[in-house]
Amino acid sequence: MTPFKPLSVMKKGKAVIIDERDNVATAVTTLEKGSVVSVNVGGKEEIITIKERIPGGHKFAIYDIDWGQPLIKYGEIMGLSKTSIKRGEHVHVHNVTSPSKR
Amino acid sequence: MSTMSPVPQKDEGGASFYGYIRPDGKIGTRNYVLVIPSVGCSQGAASAIVRGIKNAVYLPNVLGCGQVGEDRLIVKKTLAGFGINPNVYGVLVVGNGCEHLSAEELANEIRSSGKPVEVLVIQEVGGTRKTIREGRRLIKEMVDRASKQRREPAPLEALIVGTECGGSDYTSGLASNPAVGVASNMLIDRGATVILSETPELIGAEHILAARAKTPHVAKRIFEVVEWWERKALEAGQNIRESNPSPGNIEGGITTLEEKSLGCIYKGGTGTVEEVIPYASIPSKKGLVYMDTPAHDIEQLTGMAAGGAQVILFTTGRGTPVGSPIVPVIKITGNKDLFRKMRDNIDLDVSTILSGKESVTEAGERIFKEVIAVASGKPTKAERLNQRDFCIFKMYMNI
Repeated sequence: MTPFKPLSVMKKGKAVIIDERDNVATAVTTLEKGSVVSVNVGGKEEIITIKERIPGGHKFAIYDIDWGQPLIKYGEIMGLSKTSIKRGEHVHVHNVTSPSKR
Repeated sequence: MSTMSPVPQKDEGGASFYGYIRPDGKIGTRNYVLVIPSVGCSQGAASAIVRGIKNAVYLPNVLGCGQVGEDRLIVKKTLAGFGINPNVYGVLVVGNGCEHLSAEELANEIRSSGKPVEVLVIQEVGGTRKTIREGRRLIKEMVDRASKQRREPAPLEALIVGTECGGSDYTSGLASNPAVGVASNMLIDRGATVILSETPELIGAEHILAARAKTPHVAKRIFEVVEWWERKALEAGQNIRESNPSPGNIEGGITTLEEKSLGCIYKGGTGTVEEVIPYASIPSKKGLVYMDTPAHDIEQLTGMAAGGAQVILFTTGRGTPVGSPIVPVIKITGNKDLFRKMRDNIDLDVSTILSGKESVTEAGERIFKEVIAVASGKPTKAERLNQRDFCIFKMYMNI
């Protein structure tokens, strides 16, 4: 009998979440559009479909994030969203503003 | 009357280590005899005095004369701090004779800790050869007495652990710094003190750290130290806030200044900031303490050692050989290639966080265990290499 492998394309250890309060994850290697990654959020497994190419070291949203909402990494506010960001989308300078710029 | 044994249980989740109890009640993780040149002119004699004598080290200090203003106090405080650090059994101060910082004055500062302190002044003793001969006699006696002392069980409350990052890469903010943060939280939960420092790296996340301050005064001090470094850098033509994150950082995936600085300050964990202390000062509180230091690796290391740190956790992505004359420095990397390439310099590999083999928490627990082992005598890579770097931060020119 062929084992059921629905998550065969799922990539473990491809993205990191620092704190369980975070709403962004960081890609360890470049993730192509359509790839599926598993990230551990405070012991709970989140399975996320990557919506656009994420270069290694760059971030993507773990949840849908509305416009003007805090982006949380290290359990702290690292920026605010300039647009609404969907789960699996790239989070970077094009859709994030820094509250500290003065 | 209680007959409870003062000996801590060994497997209480690693709540104790084995150290050397000093006359002032503080506890060392090492048992060095230290030769301190109170001025650069006596550095040559100091280095000759310790040559070939096991457990005797000297500070390669070039200051002590020609400093102005606050720098004079910083130099004296730093040199005295090394003598007072519990990793030191006893001290020989070697002066030249005509310097600003008198050898006797420095020795008296260190004597406040109750340790044996000897003084030799080259101009009084009559030259370098006589000073070296007399110095070696004094040091050998002191090392003999030090070698009779044994390690005893000690509570983690006695530990001050410094944290530092240098030669960072993308793995620092993702793996090694968060893992050190977990270890910091574990140490603080068990009563230890953790020093977070390097103010230039705090710029952009100061409001986040200030929100964790114990009192409004501590929060105000956090903003003040950041403002000082920003202003000083501006005077030299560098706008740290505007120039960060750098184009290279952004290309690497860092989006905001907050994110960059958070990656750095996470080393101290997530606890309350109990106090902000100046460079080379000894913490007066347990828990998370902020020391105002530069980000310059060796100046920062020197400041924390002078503040009484008995172990230092140092994260790196690109690799660094740096060590301290008297404090074991544990090197941690999240970069697997670096660990392979610089195995003789790096103590712990936490690249397992990035490969999914280990969680940040598990890696943090591993670092915590390494702190206990090193505090109890396990040598670090920098110690094996006899890497003993020393550099005092100062603000002004020498005159």
